[in-house]
Amino acid sequence: MVRRRFSFGLVSRLSSPIYGRSPCSGGIWTPCLGQKRSFMTAKDLVESEEPEKKVTNRINMFSAINQALHTVLDSDPKSYVFGEDVGFGGVFRCTTALRDKFGRHRVFNTPLCEQAIVGFGIGLASMGNRAIAEIQFADYIFPALDQIVNEAAKYRYRSGNLFNCGGLTVRAPYGAVGHGGHYHSQSPEAFFCHVPGIKVVIPRSPSQAKGLLLASIRDPNPVVFFEPKWLYRLAVEEVPVDDYTLPLSSAEVMRKGSDITLVGWGAQLAIMEEACDEVSKLGISCELIDLRTLIPWDKELVEDSVNKTGRLLAPVTGGFGAEIAASITNSCFLRLQAPVSRVCGLDTPFPLVFEPFYMPTKNKIVDAIKASVNF
Amino acid sequence: MALRQAWQKAGKVLNGGALVSPGSTFARALSTSSDPLTLEIPVPFKGHKVDPPSSTVETSAAELVDFFRTMFVMRRMEIAADSLYKSKFIRGFCHLYDGQEAVCVGMEAALNDKDCIITAYRDHCTHLGRGGTVLEVFAELMGRKDGCSLGKGGSMHMYNKKGGFYGGNGIVGAQTPLGAGLAFAQKYLKVDGVTLAMYGDGAANQGQLFEAMNISALWDLPVIYVCENNHYGMGTAEWRSAKSPEYYKRGDYVPGLKVDGMDCLAVKQAVKFAKEYSLKNGPMVLEMDTYRYHGHSMSDPGSTYRTRDEISGVRQERDPIERIRKLLLSHEFASVADLKAIEKEAKKEVEDALAKAKESPSPDAPELFSHIYRKSYGAEAYGADRKESTVKLP
Repeated sequence: MVRRRFSFGLVSRLSSPIYGRSPCSGGIWTPCLGQKRSFMTAKDLVESEEPEKKVTNRINMFSAINQALHTVLDSDPKSYVFGEDVGFGGVFRCTTALRDKFGRHRVFNTPLCEQAIVGFGIGLASMGNRAIAEIQFADYIFPALDQIVNEAAKYRYRSGNLFNCGGLTVRAPYGAVGHGGHYHSQSPEAFFCHVPGIKVVIPRSPSQAKGLLLASIRDPNPVVFFEPKWLYRLAVEEVPVDDYTLPLSSAEVMRKGSDITLVGWGAQLAIMEEACDEVSKLGISCELIDLRTLIPWDKELVEDSVNKTGRLLAPVTGGFGAEIAASITNSCFLRLQAPVSRVCGLDTPFPLVFEPFYMPTKNKIVDAIKASVNF
Repeated sequence: MALRQAWQKAGKVLNGGALVSPGSTFARALSTSSDPLTLEIPVPFKGHKVDPPSSTVETSAAELVDFFRTMFVMRRMEIAADSLYKSKFIRGFCHLYDGQEAVCVGMEAALNDKDCIITAYRDHCTHLGRGGTVLEVFAELMGRKDGCSLGKGGSMHMYNKKGGFYGGNGIVGAQTPLGAGLAFAQKYLKVDGVTLAMYGDGAANQGQLFEAMNISALWDLPVIYVCENNHYGMGTAEWRSAKSPEYYKRGDYVPGLKVDGMDCLAVKQAVKFAKEYSLKNGPMVLEMDTYRYHGHSMSDPGSTYRTRDEISGVRQERDPIERIRKLLLSHEFASVADLKAIEKEAKKEVEDALAKAKESPSPDAPELFSHIYRKSYGAEAYGADRKESTVKLP
């Protein structure tokens, strides 16, 4: 993989406002039926102002995440960060200096036991604390899958709202880096996207990461936050220095277009942007959407976009593209001018030497865009 | 003494203890006698719910020479892998075993081909011990066709079917319940072998290990849980991650033995003892007190969580190869020149294997889709748009 510095420009929100106050708020999180988005975002989210007006710093993604964690631990005395090796700063430096500043009772290492890390976090959260658990690589999250699916996601529901573990946030670096091999490159977000009760959030850039992480930690629902490890150092951007949140369950249109809608998240968006640039030379105008929150996802925005363009391509790494495809086919069937297509990793385990063949590269996306437009 | 010298002279003529073929470069003053020799293990065993074996071990000069040679090859191989990684021939992850060679070499001395071994990702030398070749290891590290896993596994996934080596596993601790399963198969099929399920001090805190131990103890499975305690789980010292760093006691109702893992002979004695015990009674835990000189992996310098003095201290006092060297020299089974010659041969073997491995080609692209299923019943693997590149899985 060629090492390039990607600067993600901040794109102003062009779609209809989705975030903000919802009519169904009542101080307690409740599901709101009748809306296309079936869960509402937290009531007390601050609307983010245009970041260009704020004081910013040019930092990379792990620094942005680090800032978010500092902010949380500063603002809430009942918040804790724990996981394997977080004490010295973590293997990706996301937790640097936290222990020095906040002490080893709030920032502490755990032994090598993912299931226990998440289970412990659920317990801590159910006592009203903000438990920020780190799983060192998303590939290792599977021992904790039972805790997340069976305990965290269902806690509020099965206790009739007596208890909840909303303060739990599980952070994990995910995704390919070019040489990670089978167990340091997986994108397991799809496994979590079929579990009502949790939220899955994936940022695409440093400023998004800080805002989304702050929103996820403060959201009164358990959130699994996947961080694209490829971008930890590579993505550098102007990030506001202060405390700000970005709304969950709200997708963002990164560029407007009229011929085809592309939906993606995380690191893949960088590749998709390149593909969009390339096909724009052929006169194909792409609308690129960053989903940001995978569940509950901003169906309205995507539907609006597909209704405008008539085509959908979901180039993503993982199986959640299927849900998007099915949902959009259902709601926009008559408007679609080409079958919904997906450009994903291949149906093989994540390979070692074959990674360049496996990955959904720019050329594969360009091919798929052309095939869809010329259908 | 005179008898020994006479024997050595005779060895020159008669070709030693009949262990080496004529014309071999071993036909020299080097003793290849397989006469039994008893030695004392300096560091005593510590037992948990079992009486430790005697600290007097039976070996022979030939065996000691073999230990020396094998460990030296392993050491050279790991150091070569280090430079290969730094020159980007090996990509991804590479976890080196140098310092811990005595564990797998000592184990092999007490095992045979009916026994199975399953370990974690620090497996290059374990693979060699089970019958793999240096060429296979290098080729696999570089992701080439001639690798033991066809280049598809890499550093962490080396396997050897004939040698009963079940890998080579990436997820920490996940191999231990597999070990219990292997042992069950051996017991059921009356193979008269044991399984050694190896793990590290980091994995010792995984829940699945205790699940595996419970199952093995409940069903009296012939499995030996070998904890290679190199005192650091990546960067975390054992006392920071375990309430009880006495890993040989962690099996609770499973008896355990603490062994000096830098001493081949101690390891051999312990594994021999454990094998006899296990075939009759069920699981046992062996804690190998060992040390790795490199960091956890090639991206870890290995000096941020331990001092360089500590590393060089262990290298000076407890290095397994030096220990055997001193034994050989003090008992006059070999001269300094003999050992130098062995080292030179070993270096050459490793270099030759390296050169050959570098020439090996990468696996062909269709291999990306092979071996996902055994028989795929027409399952398709898709490319970008499902039209041009749809592959029916072979």
